[in-house]
This record gives sequence, structure tokens and C-alpha cells, in this order.
Amino acid sequence: MKSKAFFEKIATYITKWTFGFSIISIILGFIIGAATLALAGFNPIEAYGIMARGVLTRPSYVAWTIIGSTPIILTALSVAFAFKTGLFNIGAEGQFMIGAITAAMVGYFVELPAIIHIPLVLISAIVAAGLWGGIAGVLKAKFGVHEVISTIMLNWIALYLNNYIVLLEGLRRATSQRTHEIQRSASIVILEQWKRSPEGREWLRGHDFFGDALRTPLNWGFIIAIIFAVIVWYILNKTTLGYELKAVGYNRHAAEYGGINVSKSMFTSMVIAGGLAGAAGGLHVMGISKSIASLAAMEGYGFNGIAVALIGGNASIGIVFAGLLFSALQYGGSKIQPALGAPSEVINIMIGTIVFFIAMPKLIKYSLQNFKKKRGAKNVR
Amino acid sequence: MRNIDFDCKVVEMKNIIKKFGDFTANENINLTVHKGEIHALLGENGAGKSTLMNILYGLYQPTAGEIYINGEKVNITDPNVAIQKGIGMVHQHFMLVEPFTVTENIVLGMEPTGLAGKMDMKKAVQDVEEISKKYGLYVKPNEKIYDISVGMQQRVEILKALYRGAEILILDEPTAVLTPQEIKELITIMRNLTQEGKTVIIITHKLKEIKEAADYCTIIRRGKHIDTVEVKNTSEAELASKMVGREVSFKADKESKEKGEATLRIENLVVKDNRAVEAVRGLSLEIHAGEILGIAGVDGNGQTELIEALTGLRKIEAGNVIVNGKNVTNNTPKEIIENKIASIPEDRQKRGLVLDYTVAENMILENYAKEPFAKHGIMNSTAINKFAKELIEKFDVRPEDEKIKARSLSGGNQQKVIIAREVTNDPDILIAAQPTRGLDVGAIEFVHKSLIQQRDKNKAVLLVSLELDEIMNISDRIAVIYEGKIVDIVDAKDADENTLGLMMAGGGIQNEK
Repeated sequence: MKSKAFFEKIATYITKWTFGFSIISIILGFIIGAATLALAGFNPIEAYGIMARGVLTRPSYVAWTIIGSTPIILTALSVAFAFKTGLFNIGAEGQFMIGAITAAMVGYFVELPAIIHIPLVLISAIVAAGLWGGIAGVLKAKFGVHEVISTIMLNWIALYLNNYIVLLEGLRRATSQRTHEIQRSASIVILEQWKRSPEGREWLRGHDFFGDALRTPLNWGFIIAIIFAVIVWYILNKTTLGYELKAVGYNRHAAEYGGINVSKSMFTSMVIAGGLAGAAGGLHVMGISKSIASLAAMEGYGFNGIAVALIGGNASIGIVFAGLLFSALQYGGSKIQPALGAPSEVINIMIGTIVFFIAMPKLIKYSLQNFKKKRGAKNVR
Repeated sequence: MRNIDFDCKVVEMKNIIKKFGDFTANENINLTVHKGEIHALLGENGAGKSTLMNILYGLYQPTAGEIYINGEKVNITDPNVAIQKGIGMVHQHFMLVEPFTVTENIVLGMEPTGLAGKMDMKKAVQDVEEISKKYGLYVKPNEKIYDISVGMQQRVEILKALYRGAEILILDEPTAVLTPQEIKELITIMRNLTQEGKTVIIITHKLKEIKEAADYCTIIRRGKHIDTVEVKNTSEAELASKMVGREVSFKADKESKEKGEATLRIENLVVKDNRAVEAVRGLSLEIHAGEILGIAGVDGNGQTELIEALTGLRKIEAGNVIVNGKNVTNNTPKEIIENKIASIPEDRQKRGLVLDYTVAENMILENYAKEPFAKHGIMNSTAINKFAKELIEKFDVRPEDEKIKARSLSGGNQQKVIIAREVTNDPDILIAAQPTRGLDVGAIEFVHKSLIQQRDKNKAVLLVSLELDEIMNISDRIAVIYEGKIVDIVDAKDADENTLGLMMAGGGIQNEK
């Protein structure tokens, strides 16, 4: 009896809690991933064990997970910000590329001390991508072009713009499909120079933990992403700007009636969303890739951001954790292939399942209610 | 006179209790309906009458209580069970597929099919014509839903229920969307249905219609069963006081008052509607401080466009709007609010409120960026909540909670939030568009009092309403609008319903020339 009451309490708690659906969906994602692995003839417990060990057991593994989460947290914030203000930003992908292109150019051509250069590169990336996002905002506000259509098209324009710029004389690295690396002063990798110097190497050899963690391009990007998460939360919940943008998102007719400039709000919202995705692209160049390459297809940072935003319930705090989870799954999942011969694609199935269940909260709500009802009926008897 | 079969209890609901969390929507309600009767469920908004009917139709499960249909105890777990038991429901908001024809909508889900599942359209149309003739429910079987009038859409909904074999018809606020003419037709239809042995339950808060149409009336107040009365032995006043729980005055009290200067001047205004057709065609009007000017007219004669133009939501093609001597033609909504015009919008859920914002957030919709609510772009939630609490108390908004979403308030309380906000802005001009649409007696009384209060404070009030009674009741002067122009302006003292009605139909135009 006691355990039943306990179950009911948990069921009620989960349905009421903001992230309850996300948690259940994640669990379901793991279950279905396990079933898929079992069907394919692999031991799911073993596979999950390898994944868990592959993410948690060494400092460098954790570092890789954090590094991988940075861009998707930011693109997810971009998607969530637009979503909260009534817009569906499919364009985070293209805005990411614009941010990366800008960072690669400002990072290479400009020479300044790091203390100025780093902020300059980041701000340039944000501004350029913000304006890129703003194009969709203007198209929507002035001509009624739906932002889903315009941002998808802008993604392709960004892709080919990227490929054009990469191959420009003066920026392109000789005999390569890449640009020159950005100046060292624009890098945000932690202790980059020191850890390559003789003293650095000597010290790191003596310290296992740091030695292992710093083998990765661990950088300040994650901290900056967290700061942006806080800023987004603050803007949306504490400022008049957030009040305006959300009012337009919830009910543009009432917002217009209340004296809010709806067109301007749409533009502002898309600029901010674009800027966030641009920051992701900029930080990616400054912290990891150091340059941009000619691309055959889109890399998916923006699209993954949509999934992360959904899993994180479009809330800042949720997005940070969802981004870490997403990155851990991707990084850990890549390890089951060499160890077990199991396809790492199972990760895509898991992530797909999670998003799938989150997209239908009613199913979960309904099953939980039925569960409660059955329990209730039994108790009566 | 009527053929009510008192031996046959078609519906019996016993001690129905329905709780939503801590809130009790129905508290031990009993309802007995006999075969062949028109039974009205009367109550204010949020009293629990719709909840009760949703339980009968299987949309909600009661927390406790029993339901008997034709004497047999039933457990209505979902609407399909209800339909099987012969219960049909017409919701306040119609559930029709707009691009489908009348026939397609009626047979939807039960289409007569021929060979290989091909739909037999001919038979469907025949079926529809047959039942439509039987009950006097006139429809055009081959018209698409979006091409027919609201009244006909409602008849389609009724036919849909009848086609599914409904013996008991529940109509939720059926007259809210109808013109007076259509209401008369509906009453005839309900009579026809009962003549054929059907039973009708109507949910309503309009006393006049109950008096006209219903045989019995069950009154519910705040979730409790108050009384069931035979309608012919009661009066409107008695029904009203039972519904609200106190005496209700139908006539607004108003002292005579000298009007002041013209605060709002409208000169030869031209405004186009959504289809780019001129809806307001050279309209001129003056509204003075300390008066209520009522605009009477049939729906669709340019009222909506006029209001939207005055509040900055629609472009003015020609003409001027002058407020306190200042030209505000084609100003933005913000500038117009700053020029001391406040408005109670026609559609409170579309324009008046952000339903997903809390009551407190809605209270500051026009002042969110001003001190004390915000400083340097940072909002001050303490000040906002304090302000909202004051208004909630002053305007008696229920429940008394500034942190719940506006969506969860009843229509009357939503309107109170809007009025509280607009009046507190201390405007010189208050524009009220259909301010009492869909509200119950108690809330209407409140709205009328608020408007008169503004007038007594020497503000100019422009009232636009489709309810002629309302216009005649509280206006000082009445302007009749027809095809985007003011046909005539009369003193409310000298106005009579017939002359106004004639002018509203365009009959006054000859006089003006």
C-alpha cells in the first residue's frame, strides 16, 4: 500500500514539474535504445556501461563532453529565445555559420592583444549573425514571410557563402580547403601557450588530473555559454524587453493593442536569436576549429540546438543540462563502435526517441493518469 | 399544451460532485429532465453549468454521483458512450470543418458508403434533407461551412447530433452568437424538436430566452444547486436574484448631467476593412466630456473598423481624429494611449489580454515600461504585484490571485481586469466596444456602472454595442450607424426602439438626404 501511494505521488509530481516530461522521455529514450541494441544482437547493459565509462572515467572524457556541449547549448538558447517570443528559428544553423565565418576572418586579419582581440572576435560574430537572423525578422515583419521558410533558405545561403569565403585568395590556406588559423591572440583555449611550453609540459606530466584534462582543447566557451544562458533567462523574465517580446509571442494582437511595436519586436527577437547562434559559431572557431573549412553539407549544430531546446523545455537551466546530456551521448556513443562493434547510430535513435516523446506530452500524461486510476481502483478493492 | 411525459425521466443526475484539484466545480448537484421538455440550466459564468453538461456528455468524469438515462444507471466514460445513449451536444464554439459542405459535416464519421468504400453523396444529401425537413431545420446541404451564416452553422451542429440519433440535445449557450431574428428561429426549432419527442437542455444566462422558451429551469450558483422552477410560475427578476444571490437592477441608475466640451472629434473618417473595401465612409461624430454616446447598429456596418481606426490599430484613409484639439490621425496605438484614449476592446481574448500572462502582467499591459513597474528596462515585480493586488480588490476580480494566468479567469472576470486597467489609466476618452458580450447579469451590471462612473467623472465615453437595450439604457445620446455612416443622432430621452430599429436597417437615410 505504501509503495502505491508513493508511486502516485511521484506520478503527480512528474506531471506537474516543468522538466518531468523531459526526464521521462529521456528514460524512454534509453529503454528504446537498449531494445534496439538487443534486437541487433548486442548486450545493451554492456554498451551503456561502455558509454558511461567512456564519458565519466577520465578528466579528458569529461572535458570532451563539455567542449561538445558548448555550441549546442548556445544554438539551443537561440532556438528557445525565438520560441518564447513566438518564432520558430530553424536558422540557427546558418547563423552559426555566419558567426564562424566572421570569427575566422576577424580572428585572422586583425592583430591585437588577446584582452581586446577575444571580445572583438566574439562580438563581431554575434553582431554579424544577429543581423543575419534579423533578415528573417524583417522579412516576417514587413512582408509576412514565415520565418521557417526564410530561415531555411538563409541556411543554404550561409552554407554557400561559407564555401565562397573559405576559398578567397588571402584567407585560404595554400593547398587546403580551409582558411588560415586565427591569431593566437583570438584563441580561448585554456593555457594554450603554457601547456605547449617545456615548463608546462613538465608540470602537466607530474599532475595526472590536469595533464589529462588539458590534453583536450578545453576552453572558456562553456563558461561563456553559461553566462549567455543566465543573460537569456534575465532578459526574458526580468526586463521590459522580455515582457514585450513574450507578449508579442503569446498574443500579438493584444501586444499591438497595448502599444507594443510588433514589427520591431519580431526583428529584435530574431536579432538576439541570431546573435546567440553566432556566438556558438564564433566560440567554436575560437576554441576548437581555429579555422573554417569548405563544407559539403551542414554540420548540424543548429539543428541539434532545436532538439536540445526541446529536451531542455526551452528554459535556460534545462538547456544547459540537456546540452551536456546530448554531448555526452554523442561522445560516449562514439565509443561503442570500436569496443563492441555496435553501431554508434543507436545514439541517433535514442535522441530521436527522446525528442519524439517530448513532442507528445499528452501520451505520457495520459499513461500516467491511467496508471494512477488503475492503482486507485485496486486500492478501493 | 406541450407533450411532456412526466413519467419518463430521460436524464437523472444525482448528487454530482466534480472537483478540479482543490476547486469544487459541482457540489452535490441534482438534475431531473423529463421526456419532451426544454430544460434550462441557468447560472453565472463559472457557476459550473457547463461542467455538469460536460459530465453528462462524457467529457469529464464526476468525482462522485450517479447518472441515469431513461431510468438505467450508466457510466458515461467518453462522448462515444453518450452518443450511444442518445445524447447529443452542440458546443458554444462550433466544431465544424470549414472547407467541407454542410452535408459532409453532418455525416462526418458515419458516411453512407457504396461499393469499395466510395462515399454515397447522393444518399447523404437525401438523408440530410429528410431530417432537416422533419424538424424544420433549414440548411443548404451543398454549401461550404464558411459560406453560410452563424445561425445556419448552428443548425448544422444540431443536425449533426440528430443524424447520430440524439434523443437528448444539450445546447451550450446557443444564443450567444445569434442575431435576435435567429434566436426566434432557434426557439421555434427547439419547440419542433420537443414536439417530436426529443428533449432539449440549454445552458444559458439570458433570462429573456428562458422565459420565452424553457419549461423548467435549474439554477446553479457557485457549483451548488439552488432551485429548479417551473418557468411559467416565475419572473425574470426572481430568476436573476436566484442566479446572482442578490437583487439585481436591470435599469442603470444615472443622474442627468450637463455635457462639456467636445473631447473627441471625428471628421469625415474613411477606413477600409480587411478586404480593402471601405467600411467607414466619411463618418463624422463629436463626443463630449461627461456624456456616454452610444453607437447603435447592426453588426458589420463599420463599427469594428471605426474602433480600430480610433485606437490606432487600423489605417485611416481619409479624415481626421482630434482629441482635445490635437490631431491624432494615424498615430500609433502607443501615442493614442498617451493622448488619453483608453479602450475596452471588442474581443477581450484576442485584443484585451495576453491569456498566458498572469493577471498582474496583464494589468500593466500599457504601462509595463513606466515607473514604478520598470526602471531602466528592468521590471519591478514587487511593484507590479502590489498594483495588481490593489486593482483586484478594488474591482472585485475573482479569484483574488494576481499570479494566476488570465486564461483561467471566467469571461466576466477577464473583462474586469481589462476595465480595471483601462480606467486606472485615467483616460479622457473611454471607448467601450461590446463591453458586455457574453457576460452574465451580475457582470453586466458592473460594466454599466463603471461606464457611468467614467461619465460622472466628466470623461467622454463612446459605447459601441449590438445590444440595443444596452445602448438605450445607459447612453445620453444615441448615434445610429449604417453602412459606415452616422444616419442620425438622437437624445436617449427621446429615443424609441422602433425608430432606432428602422434607422439601423437603413430606413432613416431618406430623412437625411
